Amino acid sequence: MKLPRARQAKRRRLMVLLLAALGLGTAAALTLTAFDDHLVFFHTPSDVAAHKVPVDRQMRIGGLVEEGSVERVAGSPVIRFRVTDLEHAVPVTYQGVLPDLFREGQGVVANGRLGADGTFRAAEVLAKHDENYMPSEVAEALKRSGRWQEGAAKPK
Amino acid sequence: MNWHRYASPANFKRLSDRLLPWAAGGAALFLAAGVWSGLVVSPADYQQGETVRIMYVHVPAAWMSMFVYANMAVAAAAALVWRHPLAEVAGRAIAPVGAAFTFLCLVTGSLWGKPMWGTWWVWDARLTSVLILFFVYLAYMALNAAFDEPERGARASAVLALVGAINLPVIKFSVDWWNTLHQPASVTRLDAPAIDPSMLAPLLAMAIGFTLFFVAVAFVRIRAELVERRLEALRHARVAGEAAAERT
Repeated sequence: MKLPRARQAKRRRLMVLLLAALGLGTAAALTLTAFDDHLVFFHTPSDVAAHKVPVDRQMRIGGLVEEGSVERVAGSPVIRFRVTDLEHAVPVTYQGVLPDLFREGQGVVANGRLGADGTFRAAEVLAKHDENYMPSEVAEALKRSGRWQEGAAKPK
Repeated sequence: MNWHRYASPANFKRLSDRLLPWAAGGAALFLAAGVWSGLVVSPADYQQGETVRIMYVHVPAAWMSMFVYANMAVAAAAALVWRHPLAEVAGRAIAPVGAAFTFLCLVTGSLWGKPMWGTWWVWDARLTSVLILFFVYLAYMALNAAFDEPERGARASAVLALVGAINLPVIKFSVDWWNTLHQPASVTRLDAPAIDPSMLAPLLAMAIGFTLFFVAVAFVRIRAELVERRLEALRHARVAGEAAAERT
């Protein structure tokens, strides 16, 4: 009897495959859980406030550029602003070219070192935009009607 | 005799004969409509301006890179469990197509990242996991071709394809699980898409066009591969026949 044996072999291969998938899936899930908070691209100002980030080591902080905080130091190329997650804020100084999207209320990720005085000295500033896409007329209309602000989720 | 082993490639040929013109024609139609509405009709974005049009290539390419891989993983499972010859051929035929989509996704993403984020590349979870996907495609192709006997290459690369499938949910949810420079999903999310209908329409047209293009290319490549295997078998048979004739 050739056919039943072939079918048995198929069932055995299927079981082996499912068991291997289960084992591999568990291993991957455990690994990803272990990464958890350590696989972050940037720290938030709340992390800084809670002293969860290393001082004077290169790292990134991310958040929104606080409204009204951007100032250019007269006579020097240094720019000062504050990065906020709407709970805490970190003062940042930066000297260099800013991305086109940089402005107050915009998401940014700054790469640099946190000084002992609590000021973050950025060597690089990247803009982080949100997942909302719309024509500017729609954005203006939503802002005028007070239904949406930049940085907030788009209304449905 | 396991009849469907032999019937299936013939069935596939008949099916693809019928579907190929529709897939190719549909792809041309949807891609033309998508390019025109994406580049001409659709509005500029409120914060990204004209640069947002890169999305109409970047996002469908990213979707396809994962969709093709999912197809490859299913074909790999079928090849390992049922030893189905068409599944082996299919996996081998679509891998370079998926790698090309992934490459397109990485290149357009880089071109988009420079003006918007201010950098060509960062090692955040989303970008890194997609780069890994590209390398898994390359490893699959190399492993598949590394053996003298095609069956052994197919089996070894099928195992790799299944192991690499773990990367798919990691790519999809990387922007939710970890904080990344890449923004979260705009279209494939549980609530309404965070993208204006005037921009969603060209994006979906391009996505349908990319998918039909993939179907058409997959048909052509699988058929070419089947013909090549048939030729190889005929050549073997002729050599064996000549050897037998010499002996008599």
